Amino acid sequence: MTQQGLHIDPYEKRWIEASIILLVVFALAVGISGFVFGFQVPIPEQRVDPNTITESGPFANPGLRELAPGKYEVYILSQIWSFVPNEIRVPKGSTVTFYVTSKDVQHGFLIQGTNINVQVLPGYVAKLTYRFDKPGTYNFVCTEYCGVGHQAMYGRVIVEE
Amino acid sequence: MDVKKFAHERKLAAWNIGVAIASLIVGTWFGPLQLFEHAGLNLYKYLAPGIASYYQGLTLHAVLNALVWTTFFIVGFSTLAITYTLDRPLKYPWINTLALVIMVAGLIITAVPLLLNQATVLYTFYPPMKADPLFYIGLTLVVVGSWVAGYGFYFTLAAWRKENPGVRTPFLAFASVLNMVMWQFATLGVAAEILGMLLPWSLGLVKGTDTELARTLFWWTGHPLVYFWLLPAYISWYGMLPKQAGGKLFSDTLARLAFWMFLLFSLPVGFHHQYVDPGVPAGWKFLHALLTFTVFLPSMMTAFTVIASLEMGARARGGKGLLGWVLKLPWKDPSYAAQNLAMILFAFGGIGGLTNASYNVNLVIHNTAWVPGHLHLTVASGVTLTFIGILYWLLPHLTGKQLFTRKLALAQAWTWFIGMILMSNSLHLLGLHFGVPRRTALGASPYNLPEWRPFQIEAAIGGVLLLISLILFIIIVVGTVFASKPVEKPVEMPVAESLQDPQLTPAWMDRWRPWLAATVLLLAIAYGPVLYEMIRTAHFVSPGFRVW
Repeated sequence: MTQQGLHIDPYEKRWIEASIILLVVFALAVGISGFVFGFQVPIPEQRVDPNTITESGPFANPGLRELAPGKYEVYILSQIWSFVPNEIRVPKGSTVTFYVTSKDVQHGFLIQGTNINVQVLPGYVAKLTYRFDKPGTYNFVCTEYCGVGHQAMYGRVIVEE
Repeated sequence: MDVKKFAHERKLAAWNIGVAIASLIVGTWFGPLQLFEHAGLNLYKYLAPGIASYYQGLTLHAVLNALVWTTFFIVGFSTLAITYTLDRPLKYPWINTLALVIMVAGLIITAVPLLLNQATVLYTFYPPMKADPLFYIGLTLVVVGSWVAGYGFYFTLAAWRKENPGVRTPFLAFASVLNMVMWQFATLGVAAEILGMLLPWSLGLVKGTDTELARTLFWWTGHPLVYFWLLPAYISWYGMLPKQAGGKLFSDTLARLAFWMFLLFSLPVGFHHQYVDPGVPAGWKFLHALLTFTVFLPSMMTAFTVIASLEMGARARGGKGLLGWVLKLPWKDPSYAAQNLAMILFAFGGIGGLTNASYNVNLVIHNTAWVPGHLHLTVASGVTLTFIGILYWLLPHLTGKQLFTRKLALAQAWTWFIGMILMSNSLHLLGLHFGVPRRTALGASPYNLPEWRPFQIEAAIGGVLLLISLILFIIIVVGTVFASKPVEKPVEMPVAESLQDPQLTPAWMDRWRPWLAATVLLLAIAYGPVLYEMIRTAHFVSPGFRVW
């Protein structure tokens, strides 16, 4: 062999082709589940001023509101080192829309046992919706280091029969 | 090898690698302490007031191990890989000396606020948590120093190319320079974040900052950062380990193609760390998901070429059978064994990484214990155990002393391997099944559940093994440098020959301009419009907080 060129061993060529097919299948799977079936990541909802967030608007008085039977919205304010409110109760089968923001540093909001998982940033409101079909207690915990009391920051959703 | 010719390069490498080893030794202690804390044994109370909290220890662990150990090791290792294989000393040695001085000064300046508990912000230093200005200044100097080291390498390669027209750049030099070039693009993000936002803010020159813009600039750097750590490990696997196993580099052409792909695709992928961010549109997140899948391809190519190269070595040593050849690999050579064990763990890290990259699937594990589980398979095993394996020839090479001892070094590699398996396995499961948060002092947490305890104990047992491994590593380093006999004959850097003459590699794979232009173009497409929009709509409203 004296000629210059992109020499690829036949086995290696097949390996590369198989790898490409695998990655295309994965990309299609997440793309279709996300954009066709709606299993989506959090997207921009609203910008706010973290310095005045507790003075007016829904975060001045955070908590649960019933919009219609089985339909709720809840505004949760994250701060060092607690969530306000830190306990909400809804009946089984409720669809709950969470609006979460921070008035100080970055926090995280993850409801254990669900796909609700968001980075909580001061200045940004995140919106997440989940339907609670199984009764029980779901802890939500702060998943971003927010200072020496970080490990104490949690709350719970109680889904009643 | 002509020892005199490379005296300056060896000195520079020894300094860089000495600082790296010292950082690894200091930083690693905190890892097992964290695992013990989760399992109910809080040893931090004995460290107070020197170390004020779990989180100060965690900050030191991540900054020293992930940033300092890696960067200094890589600069030192690249100095030798480049000059030895070009068979040419540095063009301007003073540039690389200056680089070392800047990096060490930066490290000292960073260490002061870290040790005084004035910068307990973890290695991600997400604003509006505000560290002492010295922390940002020191980190900037470490990065700038590494840029300067890169400039020294570029001049050296340019001089060599002038002296050797038409000759393909030796693979080890090519790949090492490429890594420094990639790093140059990568660090533009964090440089903009620190110099444009955080430093003026921590000095009180501006009142507020924008958290999402800061995160986006941070993760511009944050993901290619892991490739900056990983590529030198790949360089050893491609270009050195086959020699240690008695084989040859299976495909010089595809090795180079893989590295060009790493230059192109390690950079425009930062949003896969921000899938759950409330300030980034879904379309941009998905674009970066696709690009992240693309950067998986050169890693798959690496898996094939490296395993094929090692198999050739094992078969040349009498290995037989479909898989039986594996036993004929030089498992008794600690430098080889450590790196092969690192590869095995890294393969699982790669699979987990693909999970992390998978857009909506990421919601299940984002910010959970799964993530440190993943990065201890990648950075702490794939990369760090490989670098330790490299040290097992590099220390005798630099000091002229025998490794103290081969058996201790084998024990070190295996305890690291098994310790990491136990720890990573349990962290992955805790994150996946229970949504346990990462980097949290769980032992002090009111929501720590009894169901988590068996996994936390498994991780703590891994921590005990890792602690043993660390102690062995210290004995090996100190023993080799101070108490060992001189080597019988000089230990050289292993350089694997290529199976195919490198001159047959197409010339377009040895030209920089088209690839650099493509890199800039891809970055402009993947980040340009969204970053422009973020800067245009930035609200610098967040004041700083000290929360530790």
